[in-house]
Parts: sequence; structure tokens; C-alpha cells
Amino acid sequence: MRFSIYRFDPDKDEKPYMQDYDIQLDPADKMLLDVLIRIKTVDDSLSLRRSCREGVCGSDGMNINGRNGLACITPVAGLKEPVELRPLPGLPVIRDLIVDMTQFFKQYRSVTPYLVNNDPPPETERLQSPEERAELDGAYECVLCACCTTACPSFWWNPDKFVGPAGLLQAYRFLADSRDQATAERLDDLEDPYRLFRCHSIMNCVDTCPKGLNPTKAINKIKGMMVKRTV
Amino acid sequence: MAIVKRKFDVVIVGAGGAGMRAALQLSEAGFNVAVLSKVFPTRSHTVAAQGGIAASLGNVTEDNWHWHMYDTVKGSDYLGDQDAIEFMCRQASEVVYELEHFGMPFDRLENGKIYQRPFGGQSQNFGGAQATRSCAAADRTGHALLHTLYQRNVHANTQFFVEWMGLDLIRNEQGDVTGVTALEMETGNVVALQARAVLLATGGGGRVFQASTNAFINTGDGLGMAARSGVPLEDMEFWQFHPTGVYGAGVLISEAVRGEGGYLLNKDGERFMERYAPNAKDLASRDVVSRALTMEIKEGRGCGNNADHLLLKLNHLDADVINKRLPGIREIAIKFAQVDPIDEPIPVIPTAHYMMGGIPTNLYGQVVAPYKTGPEEVVQGLYAVGECACLSVHGANRLGTNSLLDIIVFGRAAGKQIIEDLKKNPHHKKLNEAAIDRSLTRLDRLDNQKDGENVAQVGEALRKTMQEHCGVFRFPDLLKEGVVKINEISERVEHTEIKDKSKVFNTARVEALELNNLVEVALATMVSAEARNESRGAHAREDFPKRDDDKWLKHTLYFSEGRRLDYKPVRLKPLTVESFPPKARTY
Repeated sequence: MRFSIYRFDPDKDEKPYMQDYDIQLDPADKMLLDVLIRIKTVDDSLSLRRSCREGVCGSDGMNINGRNGLACITPVAGLKEPVELRPLPGLPVIRDLIVDMTQFFKQYRSVTPYLVNNDPPPETERLQSPEERAELDGAYECVLCACCTTACPSFWWNPDKFVGPAGLLQAYRFLADSRDQATAERLDDLEDPYRLFRCHSIMNCVDTCPKGLNPTKAINKIKGMMVKRTV
Repeated sequence: MAIVKRKFDVVIVGAGGAGMRAALQLSEAGFNVAVLSKVFPTRSHTVAAQGGIAASLGNVTEDNWHWHMYDTVKGSDYLGDQDAIEFMCRQASEVVYELEHFGMPFDRLENGKIYQRPFGGQSQNFGGAQATRSCAAADRTGHALLHTLYQRNVHANTQFFVEWMGLDLIRNEQGDVTGVTALEMETGNVVALQARAVLLATGGGGRVFQASTNAFINTGDGLGMAARSGVPLEDMEFWQFHPTGVYGAGVLISEAVRGEGGYLLNKDGERFMERYAPNAKDLASRDVVSRALTMEIKEGRGCGNNADHLLLKLNHLDADVINKRLPGIREIAIKFAQVDPIDEPIPVIPTAHYMMGGIPTNLYGQVVAPYKTGPEEVVQGLYAVGECACLSVHGANRLGTNSLLDIIVFGRAAGKQIIEDLKKNPHHKKLNEAAIDRSLTRLDRLDNQKDGENVAQVGEALRKTMQEHCGVFRFPDLLKEGVVKINEISERVEHTEIKDKSKVFNTARVEALELNNLVEVALATMVSAEARNESRGAHAREDFPKRDDDKWLKHTLYFSEGRRLDYKPVRLKPLTVESFPPKARTY
């Protein structure tokens, strides 16, 4: 099977190029990451991030045949040949498939990504009904792989101003939490032509999320909360 | 050779649950803390923990910390230190409530309290009915916990050094730890970080085995750093094989599946755990269940064409329960085993999962080693918490959901202890240049090696040897041969070569440096296992099938220098309650 992989090492390459690897698949090569690790045993210069190899750590986001995904949970069988692998789009490349995620995490940190509750904590847990807790489902499971945000044209144009789908999903995770008391401040912070409203519901994020999450839905709920507080 | 030096109050190596809980304590107290991590903090392996965190909240069944303590001591096969176990179990409820206050999204019961589920080895009333003690966020408890801790650290403005790898401890002539050397992966720069306290929170080393539930990053880095600097490693023969790794893929299937009512079947469709553990059945301790699976396969009752795995059945459970409580498991089974557990059982096999041993510490996270006054003497300036540490709260076998508890209780305790110790040590101690040079020499050797062996090839030999010679059951001949082989492999590690010479994000270099750490873990494991002539917890010797408290109720200490062993007593005296004396262990 042929893999065509984006290569760039600023230490020696003037510009990026695509390198082809022809690999005889063996039965243990179930996921794309298995193959990449095997390629690395013969060419140790191929650089990528990886860790849990089961889709929970979010390290190995990359562009696979034009679509962002996690290599460790992308089955090799069924990929169109040659399999073209590129770094996640819209972020600066450090080397090969490794991108600089500074901007992505800056946007994440910008949404006050922690619970705000200024009441003195009770001796035991704060109570939350199963229904209230269910509001967090689909919002707290994000693995911060950046597949969604780097698939979003609005983020490509305004990475410094638009929070992006991953950051907004995180913002919603706290807006939706019955224990959080900063709803007004959170909404004020997002009420801005860019931070939230650059989302034009293109829905690339939903299409690409390897965890099956729906950032657009969360974004629409935030918009709904804004409308609700103005009426 | 001069390298860049930087100065902090505290350097923490590792940003998993343990490192980040300690970091939070220190950042909130206003200290200048540097947290180094090979990966972005939320990618640390804590993220993969599934089933829960143990605490006797009693939200579902009556419970108290003393029962939890008893279960943990029994689970440890009496090798656990009872002062540390009491300390952990007593604080469990408090730290879980604290996590909830931090915003952790636990599942909820109808009355709004934290959802709890039963797990293996949990009992009421000192060995009575099954207890329900694991506090859970679906089957993504580790993810929920790790993200919450990262979020709190964002709030506390903790300084993270993302994609930095700790290389070596810097110790002075008195043996005090005064800093670490570290590699910034993006630039290839090596930096000496001076600190008044160094906390190792680097996680486990499960990647010494071929079939492992562990992430690629779990290469025992802290253990390698400790061992190379003369600190011993404790109880390294004790490795937990999780009964239910996905057959052929190694990915973990949580014990929560059995906690929610799933059970194991052999090829005859028999619920075989009833034979091995008549009371607890599928919720016996993990060592017991893993041996049972291995016996079933050995005696020809395995499933599949090669009769080499068992089945984990949960399709009798309500689809709603699976979707609500075990959604991650369903996802894993579909992706890695190509079965939907709502319809079909999951093929599973015991898989290396957790390292009970590690860097010896007391219950405040201070590293202890025999020097002048005995085995509990504190190594000044050095701390360890989490899977890389050995307190020991897990002894010879860890109970499920005690690991998340361990990292939070002792991450917090170590943070508090460091704050106390910093008051006594207001000044940085001088960095020993010779110690820094050792890291640089190691890197120079690697960069200039000619005609050396490929790192992946040597790593594969190491993993294969560990898998074949030091598995669920251990045989005297295989262990003896294993010691010889691992020693040979350690020679080969000294002559590895990387083709990639780039300064920029050189992952080949990182993997070569990781192999230096893996080989320390493998050596310690094999040498310690070969010497322990008894069966206890996860260490099951074919030639010594019984536990031998007269000779072996003691902790192993492995010293890298000379590859020699020493032993130290188990701390059988708890803090306030009566000791639980060793007795026969049945489930």
C-alpha cells in the first residue's frame, strides 16, 4: 500500500515535499497509526505525535486523504490509495506531521475553561440532578486534538480572533454546567463579532470530529442563550 | 560544556493526575513551579483511566474508610504499607469532594449525589458483601479528572513546559537532589533546571511489555532517572496484568464492565470465575482473575480458532446502561475488536497494565533510600508520586480505581510536604557540573554513534523478552534465562544509533532516550522477580505456588549499580487503627 507523507525538517529542508512509502501491510496493521509506527522503524526521521493509541489522548490528529482525523482510530482498510497524509491545516508546521498548537490552546484558555462558583464549597459534593449532568454529555468528552478547529475556514481566516469550535465547545461545557455561576460573564466575553459570531455553521467541525461530538450544536446553544438574555 | 541554566522553586516532571494535583497545591501557594511534560498535559496517560476513583462516600451502599483500608491491604496480599493505606483511604472522600468542587463532571444518582459503581475486591464489613465504592464519570473518569486538573492549573497560572523530557537528576556530593536536566523537544536544547525540590510524577513503565494497555509515553522515565542516580527501585517484580485487554490490540476494557454486571465466559459458555472465586466471581481481585483466564487458556478452554482468548459478555445488559455508563467501552470494542458489545461479547486477554513497584517514598511523597540510618532515610530535595512511586499502597496487587485515588491523595500530600520543606530550605543548592555532564555525554554518544543498532529493534527484543519470561505465571528457568537476556539487551542499549540527526522535534532521539529508561525498568523487574521465591499478589511462581510470610513479607529494593538487591520490612503498623495481620486470601 502506498503512503504519501508530507515531510519538512526546517533543520535541513528548504521547503516541504511529499515522500512516498510503499508498505506491505501485515495483519497487525489495523489502524493507520500502526503503519506509521512501522514506517518509523525503517525511517526514524518521520516525525509525528502519538501516545494512547486508542483515541483518548488526542495526540495524533492529522489530515488523512483530505480529512482531519486521529491516526490511531482510523482503520487502514478502506483508505483510498495513495494514502495522503499531511499536518493539520491552518497551523504552522514544526516538522513533518507535527504542528504548532500554540494558537489553538490560546483560544482554549481564553474561554475561562474552569468552573466558577464563588459559594463556599459544601462539606460533601454539590448536588446535580442526572438531567442537569446530562447537559454536559457531548461537551466534556473533547480530547483537544484540534481536528475540528483546523478544519474550520473561519479559524483559518481569523485564528487570533475566532475562538474556534473546540474552544467554543469548551465554553459551552461550562455554560451548561448547573454548578457554574459565571454565565453572564461568559456570554459577555463571547458577544463579539469574531469570538463567537465568526461561526457560519459550515459544520466541518461536526463532520470531522473523531469523537463524534457536535460543536455546531453547542455554538447554536450559546447563540440561543444570548438571544434569550436580551429578550 | 556550558548549557543554559534556569531556576525554579520546584520542578515537577510529569503532568498527569499526580503531577498536576501537586502543581496545583504549589501554584496556589504562590511558588514558582515548572511542570515538564513529554506531551500536552491532557494527553498524559491518566486520561485513559476508565472505571472510577475509589472513595467510601457511601452514596449507594453503606461504606467507610476502614472497610476500604481492609480491602486494600488484602488486595495487596499484605505487602502494602498499612500506614500509607490508612492515610489514603481516610482522605479518599475529602479528595473526591474536592475534585467535584473543582468542577469534575461525575455521573449522578437520582438524589444528585456522585454516582458510584461496584469494582473488584471491594467489600463491606471487612470481607462481607460487595461494596459500591468507585466514583465514576461514565467510563471516562480519568479523562474527566485530568481535564479538570488541567483547568484548575490554568486558573492557578501554573507554568507548563510542554514537550520537555526530563533526562537526569542532578545530585550533589551529599546526595541531595538540586535539579534536573531536560530536553526541549522542539529545539533539541538541553537545559539544566535548578530547583529546591524535584518531584517525579512520570507515571508507569508498562511499555516494557509487548502486550500492554499503556500509552507509548509510559516508558518509566522517572524510574530511569532515579536508578541512574543511585536511588533504588522497590517491588519491581509486581506488575498487574489486567484481565480484560482487547485480544490482539491490548487496549483496555474497564473492570467497570464487570462492575455493571458483565461477566467472563470460556469456549463452553461457562462462567468460569465461579470456580476460581466462588464469592466475588468476576469481581475478584485482578491478579486472581488474570490467573484464571490464563489457566482457562492453558487447559484448552480458550475461545477462537487458536483457543487463545476468553469472552467478556455484556450483551445481557440493557442497551441504555451500555450507552450511558460504558459508552467509551462500546466505542473501543467496535473500533478495536469489531464487535458491538450490545450484541456480542468482547474477546479479551490478560494484558500488562500497572506497575505496583517504583521509587520508594514515605507517605508524604519524600523519596526514601537506605543510606546511613536505614531504609526510610529521606533523599533531600527529591519526591515522587503516582505510578512511578512506591509507597506502597498497592503492595503486590492494586485494586481497580485505587490508582486514581493514589495520584490525587499523594499528589496533594507531596505538594503540602514540599511547601513545608521549602520553608526550611530557602536557598538553592549548587548544581553539580559532573552530574550535568552525564546527560550531555549520553546525548553525545547517541548523536555520534556509528554502525550501531536500530532503537526499535533493541526495544522489540526487550519487550519480547519481558513478555516471554516475566508474564502472568513465572517459571524458574525462564526467569534465570530472562535475567541473562535482559543484561545482554542492556549492553545493546549502550550502542543504539539514530539516523535522524535533526535538532528539531527529533522523536527518534526521544525514543532512544526512553529506551535507556525502559531497560532500567526491565532489569529491575527481571532481577527482582527471579529472586522472590514465593507467590504473592501479581507475582505467581510456578515453583513456589504459596505465599511465604516467614521469608518474604518484605519489600524488594533493586539498585542499578551492581544490579544488586536488598530488602526492607513492610510497615505493618497503621496510623491509628489495629494492624491487619496477614491471613489466607480468598475471594
